Amino acid sequence: MTEQLEAQVAEVDDTDLRKALTVRQRPPRPSAVSASLTFGWRALMKIKHVPEQLFDVTAFPVMMTLIFTFLLGGALAGSPTEYLAFVLPGILVQSVVMITMYTGMSLKTDIDKGIFDRIRTLPIWQPAPLVGGLLADGVRYTLASIVTITLGVVLGFRPGGGFMGVVLGVALLLVFAFSLSWLWTFIALLVRTPQSVMSVSMAILFPLTFISNIFVDPSTMPGWLQALVEVNPITLLVTAVRGLMHGVVTADQLGWVLLSCAVLIAVFGMLTMRRYRRT
Amino acid sequence: MNSAPAIEAEGLVKVFGATRAVDGVDLRINAGSVYGFLGPNGAGKTTTIRMLATLLRPDGGQARVFGHDIVTAADAVRSRIALTGQFASIDDELTGAENLFMLGRLLGFSRPQARSRASDLLTAFGLAEAAGRQVKGYSGGMRRRIDIAASIVVAPDLMFLDEPTTGLDPRSRNQVWDIIKALVAEGTTVLLTTQYLDEADQLAGRIAVIDHGRVIAEGTPGELKSSIGAGALRVRLSDAESVPTASRLLTERLGAPLAVEADGVTITTRVLDPDQVAAALAELAVAGIAVREFSLGQPSLDEVFLALTGKKTEAAGAEAA
Repeated sequence: MTEQLEAQVAEVDDTDLRKALTVRQRPPRPSAVSASLTFGWRALMKIKHVPEQLFDVTAFPVMMTLIFTFLLGGALAGSPTEYLAFVLPGILVQSVVMITMYTGMSLKTDIDKGIFDRIRTLPIWQPAPLVGGLLADGVRYTLASIVTITLGVVLGFRPGGGFMGVVLGVALLLVFAFSLSWLWTFIALLVRTPQSVMSVSMAILFPLTFISNIFVDPSTMPGWLQALVEVNPITLLVTAVRGLMHGVVTADQLGWVLLSCAVLIAVFGMLTMRRYRRT
Repeated sequence: MNSAPAIEAEGLVKVFGATRAVDGVDLRINAGSVYGFLGPNGAGKTTTIRMLATLLRPDGGQARVFGHDIVTAADAVRSRIALTGQFASIDDELTGAENLFMLGRLLGFSRPQARSRASDLLTAFGLAEAAGRQVKGYSGGMRRRIDIAASIVVAPDLMFLDEPTTGLDPRSRNQVWDIIKALVAEGTTVLLTTQYLDEADQLAGRIAVIDHGRVIAEGTPGELKSSIGAGALRVRLSDAESVPTASRLLTERLGAPLAVEADGVTITTRVLDPDQVAAALAELAVAGIAVREFSLGQPSLDEVFLALTGKKTEAAGAEAA
C-alpha cells in the first residue's frame, strides 16, 4: 500500500536530472547593463504578481493633489486653480520623493530573505541588483507622475512650458529620485528591520519636503527659515521642475539640481556599495 | 580543469562581537567528493560556508577555492561555486520558471537559452507543473528542489549545501539525497552541512566534526567511528552454564570489560582490535562452547559525536580550571 502510494508521487527523473547536470560551461558574464536590466525585470515581475503594491504610487499623489489644492488653494492663492499652477509641480516632487523611501524598505526585505545570498555569490557587476531595483522604481515614479499631472490638468493645471516642459520636468525629477534613492539603500544596509528603514526615512523626508518651497513662497517665512529653505535640495529641485513646466527655467537652477544629484550618488552610492560588499 | 584542491583553508577566523563564531578552521577538501560539516546548531558551520562562498570576509586566516583566494579573487571563486542556503535562496514572489530564467540571464545566457534551460531544469526536478506558480505556494520539498535547481543552472564545480534536508519529510529527503549523488557523479564537489549523522554517513566521503568554531575531528566516517574503538561484539550462547568460561576466554583475548545481558546468555564487550575477534570466537569453539549468534557492530556516528563533543567539553573545563 505504502509502496503504491510512493510510486504515484512525481519523482525526480534520474535521466533528465543527469542530462540537466551536463550543462557545466558558463557563458560569458553579462554586462553591467544586462545584469541591471535583469534585476529591473525581476522587480517588474513582482509588480505583475502583486499589482496592489502600486496603490501607493497612485492613491498617494491623488490624495495630496486634492487635499492641498482645495484645502489651501483658496486661502493661499485666492483660488484653487491659481494655486494649482504653483503647487502642482511641488506636489509632484513631494509624492515621488516620498515614494523613494520604499526602495530602502524593499531592499531590506530582500536582503533578509536570503535571495541576496545567492545573488551575491554570482560573478556579476556588484551594484547591479541595486541599480536594477532603482530602474524599476523609475517605472513607479513615472506612473505617479502621470497620475498627478493628469489629475492636475483635469483640475485646470495649464503649464506654460507645454508638453515638452512637463516631460523634461518629470525627467529631471526621475534623475533626482534615482540619486536620492542611494540614501535609502545605504540606510537599508545600516538598520536591522524594514520597519526601521521606514521610520528613519520618514524622519528625514518630512522636514525635507515641508521646509521647502513646495507649498508656499518662502518670502513669507522668517529670515532664518528662508535661509534653511534656500539650501534644501528639494527647494532647488522644485524651483527647477516648476521652471521647466512653466517654461521659465534657468541654467543655474538646472545646474544646482544636477550638482545635488551628483553629490548624492557620489556620497551615498559609494557608502552603499562599501556597506553592501561587507554585509 | 585544474588540479588544485576544491577548498584549502588555514586558520579561518570570524568574530561577531564577543563571539568567535569560527575559531581557526583548517580544511583541505579534494575535488570530486562530498565533504560533510557535522555539528550542532551554532557550531560555526554556516559561518564557515559563508566565508568560503565569499559572502563574509574572514577576520583571520585565509582560504582558496580551486586555488583562488576567497578575498582577493572573489569573482574567480564565484564563477566556480553555487550556494544553497539554509533558508531558501530564491525569490518566493516570483514563479519557479521566472526564478530560473532570471538566474540564467545573470549567468550570461541569452533570453531563449535561459528560458529553455529553466524548462529543462523544472522537468528534471519534477516541478514542470508548478513552473508558473509563485514559489511561496510550494511545499517544503518543492522549495528545496527549486533551490537546488537554481544552483545548477550552470552546474558548478563546487556546491555549498547548507542543511539541505532540515525540516523535510523522509521522502523529500531521499529525493534531495538522490540529487546530491547525481551531482557528484557528474563531477561537482559538494560541501554540505548537516545536523543529521545518518546524512553525513550516507553521503559524505569525509567529515569534519565542528564544535565551538573549531574542527574537533576529521576523517572518513569509518575513521571517525574507529577512532573511538572498533565497536561492540555481542555473542549469544546456547546455555547459561558456559557463560563464565566464555567470559574468561573473551576477556583474555580481547582485553576489555564485558557485560552479560538480562537474558543471561548474551555477552557484550567493546572491541579495541577487530583482528582479535575471529581468534576469540575460534577459542570458544575449541572450548566446546556453542555460539548461537554473534554480531560485530561499528559505533554509530552519534556515539562518535557524543564521545568527541563530550571530550571537548571536559578539555575546555580542564583549561578553565
